[in-house]
Amino acid sequence: MLNYTIRRLMFAIPTLFVISFIIFAILDLSPGDPTGNLPLTIPPDVREKIRESLGLGQPFPIRYLKWCQQFFVNEPLNLIENWTGWTIGDGERLRVTSWSTRSPVVDLIAERMPQTLWVVGMSYVVAILIAIPIGVISAYRQYSLFDQIGTFVSMVGFSVPTFFTGLILIVVFSVNLGWLPSVYDTTHKVTDWSSFWVQVRQMAMPTMVLALATTAQLSRFMRASMLDNLNQDYVRTARAKGLRERSVVLIHVLRNSMIPVVTVIALGVPAIFGGAIITEQIFKVNGLGALLIIGIQGADIPLVQTLTFLFAVLIVFFNLIADLLYGILDPRIRYD
Amino acid sequence: MLDEAPKILVSVRGLKMHFAIHKGLLRRQVGTVKAVDDVSFDIYEGETLGLVGESGCGKSTAGRSILRLYDPTDGVVELEGQDIVPVTGERLRDLRPAMQMIFQDPQACLNPRMTVGSIIAEPLDEHLKLSRTERRNRVNELMDAVGLNRDFANRYPHEFSGGQRQRIGIARALALNPKFIVCDEPIAALDVSIQAQVVNLLEDLQRKFGLTYLFISHDLSMVRHLATRVAVMYLGKIVELAPRDALYSAPMHPYTQALLSAVPDPDPNAAERKERIILEGDVPSPANPPEGCNFCTRCAQVMDICRKIEPEWRDHGNGHYAACHRLGEA
Repeated sequence: MLNYTIRRLMFAIPTLFVISFIIFAILDLSPGDPTGNLPLTIPPDVREKIRESLGLGQPFPIRYLKWCQQFFVNEPLNLIENWTGWTIGDGERLRVTSWSTRSPVVDLIAERMPQTLWVVGMSYVVAILIAIPIGVISAYRQYSLFDQIGTFVSMVGFSVPTFFTGLILIVVFSVNLGWLPSVYDTTHKVTDWSSFWVQVRQMAMPTMVLALATTAQLSRFMRASMLDNLNQDYVRTARAKGLRERSVVLIHVLRNSMIPVVTVIALGVPAIFGGAIITEQIFKVNGLGALLIIGIQGADIPLVQTLTFLFAVLIVFFNLIADLLYGILDPRIRYD
Repeated sequence: MLDEAPKILVSVRGLKMHFAIHKGLLRRQVGTVKAVDDVSFDIYEGETLGLVGESGCGKSTAGRSILRLYDPTDGVVELEGQDIVPVTGERLRDLRPAMQMIFQDPQACLNPRMTVGSIIAEPLDEHLKLSRTERRNRVNELMDAVGLNRDFANRYPHEFSGGQRQRIGIARALALNPKFIVCDEPIAALDVSIQAQVVNLLEDLQRKFGLTYLFISHDLSMVRHLATRVAVMYLGKIVELAPRDALYSAPMHPYTQALLSAVPDPDPNAAERKERIILEGDVPSPANPPEGCNFCTRCAQVMDICRKIEPEWRDHGNGHYAACHRLGEA
């Protein structure tokens, strides 16, 4: 397993370089002008100077290699310096800098990360906790009333977009009932129980909106996987052994059914870091999704490039995690 | 192997297992598949009752309903004098140790995520209170009994060959010292060379532990080797039941005659001389069995009465039972 992991990680390096190049090329080819949002009174020759000061005057390959140097060498060195307090070299190096805010992209991401992880990550946890019992019961009582309702709710979760459910929730719970705030306050700090309660209340709606969509998907997956296993011969064997029905379902069927579900859950983790662009917009959560949208609108190429590339890294990494989990959970699969 | 006064271990009376067919928008019940339809027989202690018949005739369903892996529609199944059909839940669980099953597909019937040791130990944990060492000793004992290396206890089922897997299945079935084991085509999925090993193992275990088998198979020559008495099933009903030698030498029911004539003969000269009874047509659907005798659509000796009245299940002497109108007139 260790050899396999190391081999996969080594293969990931060229893959990620290719991905970073493709992202860079697409962003370079895409229309959009970083000076486009500046006031119209700025004369064209000044605009040209601004563009040159951003590094846009250089040819494409040079710009790509410079980004590579900034991202793969300068940023890690900077991180090490921050963590350990050492100074490597003269400590002066060019970091990946956002064009619109002029602050280092990595710092922007670090600022936005907590909100996204809290809201989107919590929605994922909630979705898993809801989806697995629903999937298990729906499969065990296939075609029962519970299953029918579960199917209907899943269809709703699948087909109704988050910008619709989000607004409905705001109208019901914020406007009409006034129970929950419609805007997520990022500056809120949890210090005691009452501020914790405020945090829970402001997280409730965005979390539930996202959880509905994820639950729909996961519960269907869980149900299908359970149904697959419930009809297997070894389940009959377990019953013939005289096991309690609970043990049959929870030990034999559920554990086997979890194998594909766990890998699907692992593959979904990068999406948490990607944030939920639409939901973050609706509830004004200024997380990573919101950051990405601002970057795209302002043609802030270093920001978009770095964010997108980090998502790619996470996807490659969690693909590996999913494969390894499969190998751990299913004794029939071996990698060495 | 029969004693002077053989004791009845399992007694089946009028066993019916019907499955509902649901169709249409509202999934209304539109009919029933009569997989097992009014089957009665006894199994004596220490014997092997062979249950033969072609695919889809309800052999496996009969075996499973007798072990209460299904809820029979109707009938009585007595295990040592106790009717187990109405028993459910915890009390049924308490009966499980006495009756076990060996399944057809040794790959599918073992949980792929459990080691062999835990597969065999699971019934022990569930029904007995054993210490760790006692449990390990019992697992080792069982693995010895079925001829598996003790060191294999930590391996997973997929690491074994078909024959070894079937041995695991047998060890698992033996774990709780059952009296009665239903062998549901235990050799059908195995290589011919392995079949003999497994059958011999089953015979050895029967002698050693005094087991009683219901041996379900479509392999007539294997049943001849193993069984003390043989029951022949066709379309959910038993058409003939007789001691092995009587059945193979003088089959009474036309269906049994046809089945036996299809057994390949190792002697080519004899095989050439042999007259085969070839059955025409297909087995009727168990959802819609013919009126009268179930076999009337394919029987070579069919009479008018066969299409109207169901033949009676009658004793024709020396424990030879059959249900056929032809036998009534003789």
